[in-house]
Amino acid sequence: MGNGTSIGRVRGLGSAHTGAHHWLLQRFTAVGNLITLVFLIVSLLTLPNMSYAAVSAWISQPIPAVMMALLVLTTFWHARIGLQVLIEDYVHDSGSRFGVMLALNLAWIGGTVFGLFCIARLALVPVATGGAA
Amino acid sequence: MGGIATHHTGQNMANRPLSPHLQIWKWGPHMLVSILHRVSGDGMAIVGLGVLLWWLGALASGPAAYETFHTVMTTPIGYLVLVGLTWAFFTHLCSGLRHFVLDTGAGYELDANRMWSIASVTGAVVLTVAFWAAIFLL
Repeated sequence: MGNGTSIGRVRGLGSAHTGAHHWLLQRFTAVGNLITLVFLIVSLLTLPNMSYAAVSAWISQPIPAVMMALLVLTTFWHARIGLQVLIEDYVHDSGSRFGVMLALNLAWIGGTVFGLFCIARLALVPVATGGAA
Repeated sequence: MGGIATHHTGQNMANRPLSPHLQIWKWGPHMLVSILHRVSGDGMAIVGLGVLLWWLGALASGPAAYETFHTVMTTPIGYLVLVGLTWAFFTHLCSGLRHFVLDTGAGYELDANRMWSIASVTGAVVLTVAFWAAIFLL
């Protein structure tokens, strides 16, 4: 991105001037989704069963807990960007768009924090519920 | 515009040919895979992340809450949702990997584009069947 020529000033930016950042984040989080979801799928396939005892024992281990926390972060981030594109394409009224974008951002932050809290609780307080952990 | 053309009314604007012309375009696999990428991605964003949070929330709440989640997800409707989500995941994964290739500037030749579009859609179905076969058979 030089500033000597017309093409140099716009290359990689586009009319919104921030599109490349958005576009790259969608790719970075896509790779994050790929890694963490493959981990989740392989884990689910190798668990002996889907009982509370088996799943909670698995997710309370350090590596599964961290991978699931990263999964929550990367999938919610990727979903937020994807849904923003959907909204920008189909919600044309600026007032409605503002409202839907507000709801999306609240849901994004709320969902991410809820997911991370649940994983932290499972990993750090494994016997708090008195279950067969 | 000046004196050449009068201002367009809404009626005239509505009569102009617009793109995309879904009714008259000949459907191809590249259109299907593009639409499926959006549908599967936004479907997972809304339904899939909801199920993910319910699963994590039920686990964190204890055995009783997890039992409720497990019971609902093993009803026929629950399985329909889970199979739908795994199909959406593998569809979005395959078409997403196709996008990574397209991002490099490769795969735009008509034959290659068509071949990888068909491969994305069918590969996702094969992976979905393989996943559930592994769940029930292994």
